[in-house]
Amino acid sequence: MSIAQDLNRLEEIVRRLEADDVELDAALALFEEGVARLRAARERLASAEVKVQTVLEEAGDLRLTDLDG
Amino acid sequence: MALSFQLSMIAPTDEVWSVTQLVTATKRLVEGGFMPVWIRGEVVGCKAWSSGHWYFSLRDRQTQVKCCMWSRYNQGMGDPPKDGTEVFVLARPGIYEAKGEFQLGVTRMIPTAAIGAAQRELERVKEVLHREGLTDPARKRPIPELVSTVAVVTSTDGAALRDIITVVGKRWPCCRLMVVNARVQGDGAVRALVRALELVSRIPDVELCIVGRGGGGREDLAAFNSEAVCRALAAVRVPTISAVGHETDISLTDLVADVRAPTPSAAAEMAVADRREVLRLLDDLGARLAGGLGNRTRLGAERLARTADRLQGAVEGLLRRERHRADRLGAQLDALSPLRILDRGYAVPVDPDGSVLKRRADFRPGAPFRLRVADGDVGARVEPE
Repeated sequence: MSIAQDLNRLEEIVRRLEADDVELDAALALFEEGVARLRAARERLASAEVKVQTVLEEAGDLRLTDLDG
Repeated sequence: MALSFQLSMIAPTDEVWSVTQLVTATKRLVEGGFMPVWIRGEVVGCKAWSSGHWYFSLRDRQTQVKCCMWSRYNQGMGDPPKDGTEVFVLARPGIYEAKGEFQLGVTRMIPTAAIGAAQRELERVKEVLHREGLTDPARKRPIPELVSTVAVVTSTDGAALRDIITVVGKRWPCCRLMVVNARVQGDGAVRALVRALELVSRIPDVELCIVGRGGGGREDLAAFNSEAVCRALAAVRVPTISAVGHETDISLTDLVADVRAPTPSAAAEMAVADRREVLRLLDDLGARLAGGLGNRTRLGAERLARTADRLQGAVEGLLRRERHRADRLGAQLDALSPLRILDRGYAVPVDPDGSVLKRRADFRPGAPFRLRVADGDVGARVEPE
């Protein structure tokens, strides 16, 4: 699940909650999921440093190496 | 006759310069006065020294100027140019102090004929790409909004990569950069870039690809005008950003890529969102989420109240309808009551057990029975036949 997916789902949840035609227990389930998505997205955004890897092809396979600095 | 005078008669001795002072001052003046400039001229007497440095003159119809081009600048250029070769040189005017000579320090040299050929090749490739629709604006894919993984095709030694890492690190540090190293200039650059671009499509999870390099001379950017690189770029399976050189440089990869960025830093800015903006968006969504639920529960309560009202209304209606029905049935029942019929003068014969006598056979000759009339009953007997 990416931040983009989290955000898309969150927007959908909010739209549905604002739309008035959801059953109450469905609304509660949506709300809980929304809170979880919100937390997941915030945690992802809290990542402090960009991860940089180099990609090499070796004998037809990809090899990833962390790039220093 | 000896002409004798004292120097002090023409100038104060402290205003007399040494040759070194003059040359040094001139050097400062000349070298401080010029940025490197492009100069067009004809090469004469070019000689390669064992050190690898080239010495020659550059001339036009009126004049000429001495030039030197250090070995580190002429590397890879092959033989020194022949007399009469017309060239563009990028050079900085200066003074060679040991000889007090004006000369150009040349850092780049391009035969004018090569420029012509390069221009023709550029036009040819552009035409081919255009004809095949690879530069068609309708082909352009949008840049995904919040990317997690971005491929970067450039030289790992270049300034472009450092700039991209810096910008992404500042704006969107939750991102992963997958760097595919490629030579971006000189021999083998085209092949390296093509291979790197092909590799990008095989890296899992990549959502976007930046290809580029920092600023450089025209021929340094040449690989980004090659047909093979442009085709490889068009074939990348994710949206692409081309960022080659400085703002003023336009390469053919810029035309083929989904988006052109003026510089590698600008490409990084286009590629990733600003974390602060997304956090603000999350705050907003969080508030709407809570508001949405509050709204929903209030609606629920209202609906519940409405439902109770309707239920009560329904029950009352039902009761009302039932009462009407009971009244109606009562009236019908009343109308059907045999007592009412007896009122109209009819009588019902019943035997002593109370069974109604309906047919001739029920009446045995001489048998007693009773006739029920409206206000009671009377005794009766069947006449003997």
